[in-house]
Amino acid sequence: MKLTGFLTEERIKSRMIENLAKIVGKNGVLSTPEDLAVYSYDGTFAEGVPRAVVLPETTGQVSEIVKLAEEARVPLVARGMGSGLAAGSIPTNKDGIVVCFTRMNRILEIDEENATVRAEAGVVTAELQAEVEKMGLFYPPDPSSIRHSTIGGNIACNAGGPRCLKYGVTGNYILGLTVVLADGRILKTGGKPIKDVTGYNLSALFASSEGTLGLITEALLRLVARPLFVKTAMAEYNSLANASRTVNAILSEGIVPATLELVDQTAIVCIEEAMKLGLATDVEAVLIIETDGSDEPTVIREIESAGRICKEKGARTVKVASTEEERNGLWKARRSVGSSLARKAPNKLGEDITVPRSAIPDIVQKIRDISARHGLPIVIFGHAGDGNLHPNILFDKREPEDWAKVEQMMGEVFDAALSVGGTLSGEHGVGILKRPYFEKALGPVSVDIQRRIKQVLDPLNILNPGKIFED
Amino acid sequence: MELKKPEESTYHNCIRCGLCLAACPTYREYLTETASPRGRVALTRKGLEGELHLSPNLIEQMYSCFACMACNDICTVGIKPADLALSMRYVQEQRQPKKWKQILFKGLLSKTGRLELATLPLRVYEKLGIRRLVYLLGLNRLLPDRMRDLEAMLPRIPQRPLRRILPEITGARGETRFHVGYFLGCAQSLLFAEQSAATLRVLARNGCRVVTPKEIECCGMPARGYGRMDLVIEQARHNITIFEQHDVDVIVTDCATCGSTLKEYGSLFSGDTEWADRASAFRSKVRDISEFLAQIPLKKPDGRIETTVTYHDPCHLLRGQKLWQEPRKLLSMIEGLDFVEMKEADWCCGSAGSQLITHYDTSWKVLNRKLDNIEETEAGIVASGCPGCRMQLHTGLQRRGNSVRVVHPITLLDEAYGLFDGGEDKKQND
Repeated sequence: MKLTGFLTEERIKSRMIENLAKIVGKNGVLSTPEDLAVYSYDGTFAEGVPRAVVLPETTGQVSEIVKLAEEARVPLVARGMGSGLAAGSIPTNKDGIVVCFTRMNRILEIDEENATVRAEAGVVTAELQAEVEKMGLFYPPDPSSIRHSTIGGNIACNAGGPRCLKYGVTGNYILGLTVVLADGRILKTGGKPIKDVTGYNLSALFASSEGTLGLITEALLRLVARPLFVKTAMAEYNSLANASRTVNAILSEGIVPATLELVDQTAIVCIEEAMKLGLATDVEAVLIIETDGSDEPTVIREIESAGRICKEKGARTVKVASTEEERNGLWKARRSVGSSLARKAPNKLGEDITVPRSAIPDIVQKIRDISARHGLPIVIFGHAGDGNLHPNILFDKREPEDWAKVEQMMGEVFDAALSVGGTLSGEHGVGILKRPYFEKALGPVSVDIQRRIKQVLDPLNILNPGKIFED
Repeated sequence: MELKKPEESTYHNCIRCGLCLAACPTYREYLTETASPRGRVALTRKGLEGELHLSPNLIEQMYSCFACMACNDICTVGIKPADLALSMRYVQEQRQPKKWKQILFKGLLSKTGRLELATLPLRVYEKLGIRRLVYLLGLNRLLPDRMRDLEAMLPRIPQRPLRRILPEITGARGETRFHVGYFLGCAQSLLFAEQSAATLRVLARNGCRVVTPKEIECCGMPARGYGRMDLVIEQARHNITIFEQHDVDVIVTDCATCGSTLKEYGSLFSGDTEWADRASAFRSKVRDISEFLAQIPLKKPDGRIETTVTYHDPCHLLRGQKLWQEPRKLLSMIEGLDFVEMKEADWCCGSAGSQLITHYDTSWKVLNRKLDNIEETEAGIVASGCPGCRMQLHTGLQRRGNSVRVVHPITLLDEAYGLFDGGEDKKQND
């Protein structure tokens, strides 16, 4: 009896590609060695080769795919544009099938009256933003990968970005989701009402679930009015400590800038090398501050007050961007920090710790100490205003000594964050890379409850196995 | 012989952030990683490091790249995925050379005379009125789609290649202020003779004495595109030697592709000091026509052209030579001309030299997007300084039954000059 079961399973697995093609058509299944090789990575250095890649175009097709996978006990790994920074969309099992959502890229409805947008999971975030902005509406979450990440991926990782300081993260904008469950059933959560306490908040459960609880195929998102005025300033500091102290000084004066970003010297040097914007490279840190709103005098007053505080806290210069072009230049630079670091070293490990904002000066110092102790550079930049920093360890993976140091340093950075009341990840997620530190951060009770939730929703463990928790 | 392949440093630091996906025309149409710049970099790396075989499919991914270089420009790390795709084509040709490439790129494209002979049937087709008849009777509509598009790609073919007609020296009108060498590209000479004649007229009118060496060969871009870097180097040596025989201040070309290739001559001879020096001396003189005209005091045209004009940025001008303001500036000099910027003017048109032949479906998808953007401007003329782009746009517009005129910006400038003095210039040079 068991043997027959086994044979059938093997046969189903080997016929998987044919069966997938029946669902999505021949062009929707990729399986050459070259295809599989390029779907083996995301925005990190981790790799894992899948058995096949399937590109569905409708929720119905996704449901069929899941049923097939359930029958064959084949793991499914959801993926958008593969810009994740926690190795969350990398197959950990050679039988794994990547479900790539890039072809589910339709914006289904923009409801101006209710200020909502309904979109498929594969819509590129920047394209969604551009479409709603045409109607005077605004979708605030702005991860640095806005142009190369998808709404589905943003939800699955609960993506943040600079503007989250004032506007909140992706999860704060979800009104409802369409999710294909591990048995192929289609779950719809929420709806257009802003308030909804009828039962558990299932939408919130799927935000940051990293593809382990269900496959998100569609989202209904809340929009706000587009701010009419924006002012952006850049403050340069001779001392990183002074820059980090400024963050709190601004926020405790009651000013809530849209963004309050910190970039350290190494990062500035890399950006300048890459983009030739004419940034001063002899400063130890810069803050990028943006205020926005619908009343111009207020927006201007706020940026001026913020500028004054920067000066008081020791900023060398404060410049307010006078043209849209200058502002775009600043943001292009800020978004490119992560990738421009590769000019310094072939590999980087970008962390994502978040601490209470009062602890920023403290954590910045601790990170610098860790870097000095181990002799590998750590670049610090990030969303200082909400305590979310991206310490990036620069190294060369080909050097075995380097890698041992990196693992040690990563552990110490996490310990440092936890010691000041912070957490592992503010916006990238756990994926594979932060898995070893997961229990340390949350404690056994929380991990136990999370495992049980996973078990209820995915009893066969076919949805992105091996992510968040060890198998 | 040791394989000439890309240095490890040109791909190793790709951190796979994915930013290049947003800029890539083939990714946007297929939405697969395999058709993306990041994917091609990964395949290059895995192929060269032995993790993957250099299989026909892997090499095909390198040929599916349009080499529009948008990924090169957007990458903050400094990786150049488009250049890697071209280098991998060369790797493949060194391993398994294709005979037809030797015949086409060495036997034909390097010998201008033979190329002219080979295209004779096309001129006969045009001249005897067969083409007109074909269109009149609608016979072109009987052709399968692909053939019909190839036929439509050809502009009105000039009776004789410009190389045959043009005198070696074109004197300046009035005082000679500049000694200009003119690099007459194959496509300009064979297919766009009238537009290049306009280039000569505009140069002459602005005080340029122009030398057009007839012995030059193809700039090398087609060979480069098909993985024959060795032939590019031969062609570069030949062309450099030819121009060394002429005492000119600048070497001007009105073909975006030729210009960007000629400007790369300087980097072809690493390790060969003598040739590196000669190449960089040559390279320092090369100018696109729009670039050169923007650098000299230009006579303002007196004629008016009352039309709406839009402009398409050729990849080889915008990214290959960082020239985008200059052609727009030329157009803005013309009185009456209403310039409308199209959406995504900097996005590839899908020509990439010969993609409409080799990658028909993708090329059409990319082209359709461009055509939509052109049509949205409601312009009567689209200007672009690249013969490849113009053929592609012409094909697309014709297929859509759209009568928008496709020209080189220089044509409009020439018309604006000529309109004033009743086409007197034209008679002089034709």
